[in-house]
Amino acid sequence: MADAAIAVDGLVKRFGPVTALAGVDLRVPAGRVLGLLGPNGAGKTTMVRVLATLLRPDAGRASVLGHDITRQPGMVRRIIGLSGQYAALDAYLTGRENLRMIGRLSGLGRRAARQRADQLLDEFDLTTAAGRTARTYSGGMRRRLDVAASLVAQPPVLFLDEPTTGLDPRGRLGLWRLIADLTHRGTTVLLTTQYLEEADRLADTIVVLDQGRLIATGSAEQLKTQVGGDRLELRPAPGGDPRVLAAAMVGLGTGEPTIGPDERVVIPVADGPAILPEVAARLARGGLRVSDLALRRPSLDDVFLTLTGQPAKASPAETATVGSPR
Amino acid sequence: MSVTATPIERTAMAGPGWWLANVTTITGRNLHRLVRVPTLIAFATAQPILFVLLFTYAWGGAIHPPGVDTYIDYAIPGIWVLAIAFGASQTGVAIADDLATGMIDRFRALPMTRSAVLAGRTSADAIRNLFVLALMTGVATAIGFRFHAGPTAAVAAVGLALAVGLAFSWIFALLGLLVRDPESAGIGGLLAVIPLIFTSSTFVPVATFPGWLQAFAKINPITVTVDALRALCLGGSTATAVGQALAWIGGLLAVTVPAAVIRYRHTTTT
Repeated sequence: MADAAIAVDGLVKRFGPVTALAGVDLRVPAGRVLGLLGPNGAGKTTMVRVLATLLRPDAGRASVLGHDITRQPGMVRRIIGLSGQYAALDAYLTGRENLRMIGRLSGLGRRAARQRADQLLDEFDLTTAAGRTARTYSGGMRRRLDVAASLVAQPPVLFLDEPTTGLDPRGRLGLWRLIADLTHRGTTVLLTTQYLEEADRLADTIVVLDQGRLIATGSAEQLKTQVGGDRLELRPAPGGDPRVLAAAMVGLGTGEPTIGPDERVVIPVADGPAILPEVAARLARGGLRVSDLALRRPSLDDVFLTLTGQPAKASPAETATVGSPR
Repeated sequence: MSVTATPIERTAMAGPGWWLANVTTITGRNLHRLVRVPTLIAFATAQPILFVLLFTYAWGGAIHPPGVDTYIDYAIPGIWVLAIAFGASQTGVAIADDLATGMIDRFRALPMTRSAVLAGRTSADAIRNLFVLALMTGVATAIGFRFHAGPTAAVAAVGLALAVGLAFSWIFALLGLLVRDPESAGIGGLLAVIPLIFTSSTFVPVATFPGWLQAFAKINPITVTVDALRALCLGGSTATAVGQALAWIGGLLAVTVPAAVIRYRHTTTT
């Protein structure tokens, strides 16, 4: 398919007995953002590393802007930018020296590398720290410098492996804006994330990976529709037992009630508004009190749960510390 | 954060010029690190000076090798090799560290020449070694060391010492790629170097060793190179010794350079 910036067919990668990618097909049109979503060990990082020519696939094919990753790796390296899961910088070089070095190694002349470094330092709000060695940087600054390093040669295709890990909310918003800006100018982006909100916000298309297999593809809205219907959420009043509440609602919706981490009872329902009188009746009959009652569209958490059989990571704070460095 | 779109001009990214540009960039990177990493500064300055002073004053009174007036004249070529070998062990640490931090992944995803990361590192080592040799020779001269075979032989001695250093650097670079863990690379390197140094002619004549050890000491590449350096510093016939030393260095490089480059191509952070 000539119009796809990234084309992946039947990609397989094994590490000994572990199959990290079990035959994945993907298409990313030029100028679009593809979000690879999945739990730890799903194969997200392996996918990025194979596409960035760091790993050779065991079977299948992949190309970036028409260049085959195994037969023309040199061409692929000229047109991609990579920001890996670790901030890969020389801790003993300054921010400016790091960017200049990457510029020179990407084929920029001395002057162009200097100018580009200063430009990126400015754009990533690192100018005041530009003369300090990277080891003195905070986690967020390091991450920003790393993403800046991946943009030095203005690559038309960008791979970002969990790019907002370690960023504070402001830094995350800044990076989201940057990615939107890049795609506006035609850059194709493939990013991995464990943040459902991030995939929802950034990606035109979301691909859900689980155990090396692609289990769902679509826009955030399509995925939510695939899961079907609305969600009714009930929170027991203080002291109330969510299990009693859940038991009272059995048979009400299109699926069984589940109890969420914060004691919320979640029930998938086909037609939310029509079912509310019945909810009220059941609550009255059981003498049950709720502190909150809400109807909502399914979230990507629900998508995860439905598709993979396990909940997505609960909080950003938790996911930030869990890395599968494969 | 926003991105300014000014198209960027890039060079050809092929051929010997591109390779040389990459090696120069990586050499510059390592020279910057050299003046900023405390352990590297110590390996390049304090340690070589300590070696010269300690071996001259602590051992010089006890050891009187035949054919030289002072122990320092005998010891300096060996101390050169010792300091260069210890310094080179840091190359294994640095390469393993680049692997552990994902730096090698970053380099491997760039259009740069594959061998440049290693060649740049070993080139920076050679520049550091030139500095270390000058420093040690300066200190040694202040306390009595002299070249006895004229300026040409002295320059040849420095050149040969740099060639020895290059071989060490490539050995340690390969070790760093194989071991992958920075601390193990550092310890493993020294564990390999120390026995080789002390079972050679570095500090004492091989003739003082027990017979079984002499047999090994005579074929020890450190003995071969130190003897060649000694011939160039003290005078006497040099052709055979230098020829043997160059054969060893050439042989080691012929094995370690391709092995390290091939290993580098296939190594990633896992």
